[in-house]
Amino acid sequence: MRVVFWKELADLFGSKRFIILFFLILIVAGAAVYLAGQSLQENPPLDTSYVYLRLFTQGAGGLPSFLSFLSFFGPLLGILLGFDAVNSEFSRGTVSRVLAQPIYRDSWINGKFLAGLATLALALAGIILIIFGLGLYALGFPPDGGELARMFTFFLLGLVYLGFWLALGILFSILFRQAASSALAGIAVWLFFTLFFYMAAGLIADQLAPVALDSPPQEWARHEAIRDMVLRFSPVTLFEEATRAVLMPTYRGLGIVQALLQPNVPTNPLPLGQSLLIVWPQLVSLVALTAVCFGISYVLFMRREVRAI
Amino acid sequence: MLVSVRGLVKAYREVKAVDGLDLEIAEGEIYGLLGPNGSGKTTTILVLLGLTEPAAGEVQVCGFNPTREPLKVKRQVGYLPENVGFYDDLTAVENLRYIARLNGIPDKESKDRIREVLEQVGLTEVANRPVGTYSRGMRQRLGIADVLIKRPRLAILDEPTTGIDPEGANQLLDMIVEMRREQGMTILLSSHLLHQVQRICDRVGIMHRGKLVAEGTVDELGAKTAGEGVELEARVEGAGPELATALEALPGVQEVKLQNGRLFLRADSDVRAEVARLVVEQGARLLELRRRGLTLEEIYLRYFQG
Repeated sequence: MRVVFWKELADLFGSKRFIILFFLILIVAGAAVYLAGQSLQENPPLDTSYVYLRLFTQGAGGLPSFLSFLSFFGPLLGILLGFDAVNSEFSRGTVSRVLAQPIYRDSWINGKFLAGLATLALALAGIILIIFGLGLYALGFPPDGGELARMFTFFLLGLVYLGFWLALGILFSILFRQAASSALAGIAVWLFFTLFFYMAAGLIADQLAPVALDSPPQEWARHEAIRDMVLRFSPVTLFEEATRAVLMPTYRGLGIVQALLQPNVPTNPLPLGQSLLIVWPQLVSLVALTAVCFGISYVLFMRREVRAI
Repeated sequence: MLVSVRGLVKAYREVKAVDGLDLEIAEGEIYGLLGPNGSGKTTTILVLLGLTEPAAGEVQVCGFNPTREPLKVKRQVGYLPENVGFYDDLTAVENLRYIARLNGIPDKESKDRIREVLEQVGLTEVANRPVGTYSRGMRQRLGIADVLIKRPRLAILDEPTTGIDPEGANQLLDMIVEMRREQGMTILLSSHLLHQVQRICDRVGIMHRGKLVAEGTVDELGAKTAGEGVELEARVEGAGPELATALEALPGVQEVKLQNGRLFLRADSDVRAEVARLVVEQGARLLELRRRGLTLEEIYLRYFQG
């Protein structure tokens, strides 16, 4: 498996599409963070604790925050690395040649997945470190231990999130024989979850718990709760909720009730463990989604006939 | 026996690709598996390599069952697939190094081996060019190098000469004979191009609809078909049903068929002289008269037409 891993890793890093997308994300993210840093300098917040984390969550000058960029463009990076992992080997005719070598079939697919994951990890770590550098430059003081711990948690979370999209890309690369249809399917799913899912969730909630402007608060709460539950089927929502808790230490909870209570609750930052506890279900779901996605690919690939009929 | 297959059955959905195949290949032999497209050759090969699971039957390759112990088989067997593919953006050396690593050959050792096999297949000069720039014939030769790099006991070559020009095909076949001579390798090759295979194979087996319909040396197969009587083919200008009836009356002739101006005769013995005389006496013009069933091509056609 190590051999496959290193070979795939070299391929992915050398590929033009990876380099292009990496720099695209880097530039956009860099700009977002730079502007966030500037606005922090101009209007220093009253509470300066965890100011580094704000670099990631604060939008400025009309640009959305780095976090939004990552949850929106991250999937594209994952899909891009995965969408032709298996079907390109079939169309090049390298499958039977490689599988005729003394390796187990699963070490091949595992090697491919892990290489993709390692590529994503390095890209993500690179971007985060660059942002840190920008932060040092913009703010002029180093981050503290708590911030570092949260940053690291954020990195792991981002990796799982990107890993989900990578697994999805690989799944499509097994399902579809043509790399083009696999890429289109991946992009369709990406658009669905990032753009249309909010609308869909709203529609479902309207159907299940219709509300009018003069409805009592209980019905509004029910409506919102249903909408949130539906939204949580989307990895994008799961990731956004989870990162919000990780990157905003004062964040107390999700949903409308918490939002209404928020002004009355003291806004002391929570320790990292407590923040994680709030979004534990989201974390587990995200990991599970990734595992299920890869699991399906694994089974399909193991059962796939080498010969294209 | 290096390879022994008994009662092999493999079906893809409803289609039986291989249907009760028996096959034995001895060590050091060049065995040609012949048959038209879709007769089950590639499927048989994939089963031998453990790349696909048989529905029934017993298979032994190099003393192991390829379904249960695929790695032990794959370590000793080299495989050149039909339409072999390489990583186009890597060079020949890099492609071979990857295969060597997958076989657990350390880089220090594989460096020399790669140079050696590339020289053997005559690709030394282009060794550091990306494989994407290679011609079809060069790719096929690189495929042979890919098999040689692991020094297998058995090399399985699926349609090695398809799609390359006759000269290139001949070079490739010479290379295959060389492989056997130098390393004592056993070689199983599949093909539908008979005249090529005829030249280098010790034994051939003819597959049709998933079964082995004939097996033996090329001469044996010729004798077998000749034993069932003699077949003659005559091209006659102005041949009609009357001529066919007249020919049927000749002593020893069993059957006469007329197809697009060609007469096909089956007789107990070689009656070419009598046929020629009769045709001329009838006032028709005899253009060609020959005995069929002698070349492998005809043996092959017989099986697939009948």
